[in-house]
Amino acid sequence: MQKALLIDPEKCTSCLQCELACSHQHTGMFNPVQSRIRVFEFEHGARAIPYTCTQCEAAWCLHACPVQAITVNAATGAKQVDADRCVGCKVCTVACPYGTINYEAHTGKVAKCDLCGGEPQCAVACPTGAITVSDPDTATHAINPLLLGRGATA
Amino acid sequence: MGWQRKILRVDLSAGTAVAEPLNMEWANAYLGERGLASKYLWENMDPAADAMGPDNVLIFATGPLTGTMSSTSGRYAVVTKGPLTNAIACSNSGGKFGAELKYAGYDLLLIHGRAPTPVYLHIVDDRVEIRSAQALWGQTVWDTEGWLKSHHQDTRLKVASIGVAGERGVYYACVVNDLHRAAGRSGVGAVMGSKNLKAIAVRGNLGVQVDQPERFMAAVRDTHKMLAESAGRKELTECGTDAMIDSMQAFGGLPTRNFQEVQFEGADKLNPEAMTEVRPNGHRNLLTNKACFGCTIACGRIAHIDKTHFTIVNRPQYWHASGGLEYETAFAFGPVVGVDDIDALTFAGYLMNEHGMDPISFGVTLAAAMELYELGVITDADTDGVALNFGNAEALTVMAEKTGKYEGFGQILGLGSKRMCERYGRPELSMSVKGQEFAGYDSRALQGMGLGYATSNRGACHLRHDAFAEDMEDQSGAGKAKPIKVSQDKTAMIDSTGLCLFTSAAWDVPEFQRQIDAACEGDWPESRLWEIGERIWNLERRFNLAAGLTAADDTLPPRMLEDPAPSGTAEGKVCQLDRMLPEYYELRGWTRDGLPSHETLQRLGLEESKA
Repeated sequence: MQKALLIDPEKCTSCLQCELACSHQHTGMFNPVQSRIRVFEFEHGARAIPYTCTQCEAAWCLHACPVQAITVNAATGAKQVDADRCVGCKVCTVACPYGTINYEAHTGKVAKCDLCGGEPQCAVACPTGAITVSDPDTATHAINPLLLGRGATA
Repeated sequence: MGWQRKILRVDLSAGTAVAEPLNMEWANAYLGERGLASKYLWENMDPAADAMGPDNVLIFATGPLTGTMSSTSGRYAVVTKGPLTNAIACSNSGGKFGAELKYAGYDLLLIHGRAPTPVYLHIVDDRVEIRSAQALWGQTVWDTEGWLKSHHQDTRLKVASIGVAGERGVYYACVVNDLHRAAGRSGVGAVMGSKNLKAIAVRGNLGVQVDQPERFMAAVRDTHKMLAESAGRKELTECGTDAMIDSMQAFGGLPTRNFQEVQFEGADKLNPEAMTEVRPNGHRNLLTNKACFGCTIACGRIAHIDKTHFTIVNRPQYWHASGGLEYETAFAFGPVVGVDDIDALTFAGYLMNEHGMDPISFGVTLAAAMELYELGVITDADTDGVALNFGNAEALTVMAEKTGKYEGFGQILGLGSKRMCERYGRPELSMSVKGQEFAGYDSRALQGMGLGYATSNRGACHLRHDAFAEDMEDQSGAGKAKPIKVSQDKTAMIDSTGLCLFTSAAWDVPEFQRQIDAACEGDWPESRLWEIGERIWNLERRFNLAAGLTAADDTLPPRMLEDPAPSGTAEGKVCQLDRMLPEYYELRGWTRDGLPSHETLQRLGLEESKA
């Protein structure tokens, strides 16, 4: 089974409930700087885009890691960091083309989205449905039209 | 927890910034934000001091729930002595600045003194710098925020700043954060300007913890659900506060042409339908809605102006989206000045945010100037040649810009309606209480609103009580004292949590209680929250009395008390303040002169406070 987060920026109001939920899940604190999902705002807030790891097939971070600290969770498909093994070398942060695995100075390790073990708290917290969980093995819901290049059909 | 248990005290005269422990005895008695800052203000200054002098203290305050996962947890308050009213000023704001200040580790930021030259504060957790703002003085709010983010190479820096209006002492200058959220009322931006403080730029990395995380998250889950399912919340999300324009128009409580009328023929050009209407050229005013920090309501509007409109046709710098109209801005640039051009109103809103001014006070001051102009008291010679007739959209936007830049007749408008009307010998034309202008509700149609305006500690305000339902059901002055008193206490408590008043679309005291009780140490029964609200109200009152205000200031302009409403459901009625006020004083436990009695002060634990 392979899960991922589907993100629809059109629905995002930039409330940051996702960042609050993520940081609470992973640190026990409400602290957006430690969230693994980030909302970027543009043009006085006219557009807001939540951004996080896509759990990509290529898994550059995983292959770049010299100590095999990044593994695939068999249940969810999430690429996740074993903090005990991570040596903080940051090679994965260079390898990732999306910038969604990041070094945290206060722990000396890297951190990335781990899909919360299968129930991503950002999706639970999102009040508008901008962040939902996709499960391609069983999915029957529509694919985000943004990913299909809505502009091309307009 | 909930609190960071630390405050930052900055003395701009001495050039020092020192962290000190939060006084937990006060936090337990006043909660946070509005209440706690009022207590710190009371203990740190002489209420009789000059609002624009160095002895005034400017306080930025978060609440125990600010920065948590509670819905609307981004609120902070700015508390100081206000220059518009010479009373206690308390303006709160959303956006993302408040949570960031809390994440930097501070419950409150106290600013004393006056910097010898313009400065800004740069705060990154424990690192606090008072830096030169020479490059920023004279800049707009928008340019200031851009400059600071660029200079510090930090796009996530959160900025609260003032524009030229605040620098030059426009009496209703506000503090703007995150480009278009503002601590809007009572001139708190003018106090910031008087201290030579241009901006506060903050980054916080420390996070916030709550006392009982599991109980807190259960409360968050349930209260989020209540908001999600509430009809009032749904309307705020879809229409913003502007939905109120249709109901006030129908009711006959929509102040029009400086409160001479109570219904506006152009209301349907400014309502939510007008904001979403697609015009023949494809333009639509409203682009999307936007949330403040942590907010699951998202009542904020993001709009843009038709590029062919006269206001911006040759000014591409305004061709971007920004904060759109809310009910109060729609009222203040619309009916009260007789203008129904939604693009002009939206542009006036941009200018308020860009230059840092309270739209309500500006609009109602302009309305008074228009009445003076139509009466012939002022002429083109006074107004820089601009015809200040009601309904003139160009006059609205030109004067908004002149006031924001402190130019020409804008300097007179910057006095606020009370000082301006006194200057021209017609004080009765100022639609204000204690010098602060009315919001968009007529107190002849909404009787309790009249009592709320008259007794609000920061001058006329629609957000210091909540008795809309009672007011719309019953238009007599009977029985209004109780809902006003009770909702004033409740509002004071909500304003001290770190959450937004608009959550009361779905929540009542038990919902706030549940979140506070889980986030803060100790027991927080509802009775304690009610008492805190009442304590705050009485402390604010004491500040005002010590500042020199008296019961004579608890009144309304003669237009509300003597001129009957010309139409609507209240046609022929005046505001029955004389009937409501004595009942209110009695219910408050105040003397007939409006002084809190010995017993009242003792009951609320206020007697030991500074004399």
